[in-house]
Amino acid sequence: MAKPSTSYFNETHDQARASARRFVEREILPFIDDWEEAGEFPRELYQKAGAAGLLGIGYPEALGGSGEGDLFLKIAVSEELMAASSGGLVAGLGSLDIGLPPVIQWGKPALKEAIVPSVLSGEKIAALAISEPGGGSDVANLKTRAVRDGDFYRVSGSKTYITSGQRADYYTVAVRTGDKGHGGVSMLLIPRDTPGFTRGRNLKKTGWWASDTAELFFEDAKVPVSNLIGQENGGFMVIMTNFLRERLMLCVMAYSTAQLALDMALAYAKERQAFGRSLSGFQVTRHKLVDMATQVELAREYSYRCAALMQAGKNPVKEVAMAKNFTAQVAEDVTREAVQIFGGMGYMREARVERLARDARLLAIGGGTTEIMKELISKQMGL
Amino acid sequence: MKVLVAVKRVLDYNVKVRVKPDNSGVDLANVKMAMNPFCEIAVEEAVRLKEKGIATEIVVATIGPKVTQEQLRTALALGADRAIQIETDEEVQSLEAAKLLKALVDKEQPGLVILGKQSIDSDNNQTGQMLAQLTGMGQGTFASELVIEGDNAQVTREIDGGLVTVSLKLPAVVTTDLRLNEPRYASLPNIMKAKKKPLETMTPADLGVEVAPRLTTLKVEAPKPRQAGIKVEDVAQLVDKLKNEAKVI
Ligand SMILES: Cc1cc2nc3c(=O)[nH]c(=O)nc-3n(C[C@H](O)[C@H](O)[C@H](O)COP(=O)(O)OP(=O)(O)OC[C@H]3O[C@@H](n4cnc5c(N)ncnc54)[C@H](O)[C@@H]3O)c2cc1C
Repeated sequence: MAKPSTSYFNETHDQARASARRFVEREILPFIDDWEEAGEFPRELYQKAGAAGLLGIGYPEALGGSGEGDLFLKIAVSEELMAASSGGLVAGLGSLDIGLPPVIQWGKPALKEAIVPSVLSGEKIAALAISEPGGGSDVANLKTRAVRDGDFYRVSGSKTYITSGQRADYYTVAVRTGDKGHGGVSMLLIPRDTPGFTRGRNLKKTGWWASDTAELFFEDAKVPVSNLIGQENGGFMVIMTNFLRERLMLCVMAYSTAQLALDMALAYAKERQAFGRSLSGFQVTRHKLVDMATQVELAREYSYRCAALMQAGKNPVKEVAMAKNFTAQVAEDVTREAVQIFGGMGYMREARVERLARDARLLAIGGGTTEIMKELISKQMGL
Repeated sequence: MKVLVAVKRVLDYNVKVRVKPDNSGVDLANVKMAMNPFCEIAVEEAVRLKEKGIATEIVVATIGPKVTQEQLRTALALGADRAIQIETDEEVQSLEAAKLLKALVDKEQPGLVILGKQSIDSDNNQTGQMLAQLTGMGQGTFASELVIEGDNAQVTREIDGGLVTVSLKLPAVVTTDLRLNEPRYASLPNIMKAKKKPLETMTPADLGVEVAPRLTTLKVEAPKPRQAGIKVEDVAQLVDKLKNEAKVI
C-alpha cells in the first residue's frame, strides 16, 4: 500500500509556486499600493500573467490552458498570488475563474474556441454576472429577462457588484428565460460590444480596491442564441456547479489573508517595544498569536480536505459551505487581531494589515453570504 | 554550439540563516532550498544564447543528493534541454566539484561552460576557476556581459576598479556576476514540459572521481550583530571618528 502522504503538494506544485512568487515579487509588489489607491491595476498585468501561464491553470490544453484535473496546482499558485496582499487584485485578475468554467463545461465548441484562448492568454477579460440590484442571495428569483426572438435573445435588466464589471470583454450572465423560480434560469455569454449593453461607474468599496466592480445594464440587448451556455432553463445547475469551485477559491483567499496578517503580526510583535520589552514578551500577545496561528492552520487544513474531496470527484457542497464560513470568520478575526497588535500603525494605510482587514470583510458576503451557506448546510443536514 | 551549465542547490536567498547551536554548520532542517541565484543567471544566459541561435543545446548539471533534481527540473523549465545529475550524499567541495565537471566536459565536449561566480552558501568563488585550470580552457569570471562571435567569447568582467573586457578562445569557462541578466521565471506550460525532458543520473565513481572532502570545517560562527549607527554633530566630529575610532583615514 502507498504510504499516506502528509502533503497534498508535489514537486511540480513547488516549482509553480516559485514562479508565481517571482511573478508577484517582480510584477505586483512594487506597484500594488498605487494600484489599490487607483482602484484598478493595469490591463497589461493580465497579459503578463497569461504569458507566465498563471491564468491557464486547470483549463484544457486544447484551449490554451495547462491541463485539467490538478486542483492543488491551482491552490498552490493562488496562495502565492495572495502574497500580493491585495484581495482585489487577486479577485480582478482571477475573475475568469468564475466567468469561464460554465463556458468550458457547457458552452458550444465554437463559443469556447472563440473566447477561451484569448482570456487564458490575458488578451481578454471574463466576468460572471449573477447578482442583481434587487437581490443576490435569492438566485432562483433573478429578474433579468431574456426573450427569444428568432436566432437571438433580447435581454433586459441589470446586474450589480460585478467583479471586473467595468473592463471585462465577456460576461457570463444569468438570465430568466422561463417561468418563476430556478427552473426558468439560463446562462448567456454576452460580449462587451453587444448593442444595448452598458456599464456603470467603478463602485467605491470597503476593500478589494484594486478590482473594478460595476453595475451592468441591458436594454433590449441582442445576444445570439449560440451564446447560450448549457440548456435553456437549465442555468441554475450551471450556477450551482460553478459556485463550488468559487467558494473553495474564496477559502484559499481567506486563510491566505489570515496567514499574511499573522506573519506580519509575528514579525511586528518581536520587533516593537513597549514598557521596555518586545510585544511578544507579553504573555497576552503570545497567546493571541498562538490563537491566530491555530485558527489559520485549521482553516487551511480543512480547506485542503475539501479540495481533496473535489479532486476525488466528489461534490462536497456541505463541506465547502462550512469551510467558506469558517475560513471567512478566521480571516476577519485574525486580521482584526493583527491590526490590534500593530496598534496605531495598524490603522494606517501604509501598513498592509490594514488592507487585509478591510479585504477580509468581503469573504462572508461574496460567493454566497454566511447565512446562505448555513441554509445550504442545514438542507444537507436534513433540517 | 553546446553549452554546459552547472547549477547548485543552496538555501533560498530569502531565508534567514541560522548557525547550529553546536557551531558545526548552518541549520538546514526544514528550510527552503532553491537554485543558487548566480546559477540562475548562468541558466538564463545560456537560454538567451539559444534564443539568439548561438547555442544549439543546453545541458545543465548538478552535484548532490537526489533532491537536487528539483533544481535541475527548474533549469529545464527555464529552457535547458537535458539534465545530468551526479548523485552523491557526500559534502562536495570546490576542487572535487571542479573535477567532476571536468569529467563531464570531457564527456560532453561543450563549446562553452557557464557557472555562477560563487554559490551563496559557502561563497568560495573557486569552482569556475578550478575547472578552467583542470580543462586548460580560458576563463572569463564575474561576467557582466557576454558576446559570442564565431569561436571567440568577449567577456566584460566586473573588477574592483571598474570593468575589463577579455577575449577568450572557445571552448571557455564563464562565471556570472549579478548584472549579467535578470533571470526569467518559468512559465507553467514550461514547468509541465520540463517533466518530460531527459534527466540522466550518474555517480562520481562512474566518472572516476573521488569526492571525499579534503578540508575539514572546524567551526561555523554567525557574524557579530551590527551595532546601531550614530549621528555625528558636524564634519569635524566625523573626521575625528573616522580617524580615531574607525581608523580608516
Ligand atoms: C466586492 C464584491 C464583488 C462581487 N462580485 C460579484 C460577481 O463578480 N458576480 C456576481 O454575480 N456577484 C458578485 N457580488 C455579489 C455578491 O455575490 C452578493 O452581494 C451576495 O451574494 C449577497 O447578495 P446581496 O448583496 O443582494 O444581499 P441580499 O441577498 O440582499 O442579502 C442581504 C442580507 O440578507 C441575508 N439573507 C438573504 N437571504 C437570507 C435567508 N434566506 N436567510 C437568512 N438571511 C438571508 C444575507 O445573508 C445578507 O446578510 C460581489 C459582491 C461584492 C461586495
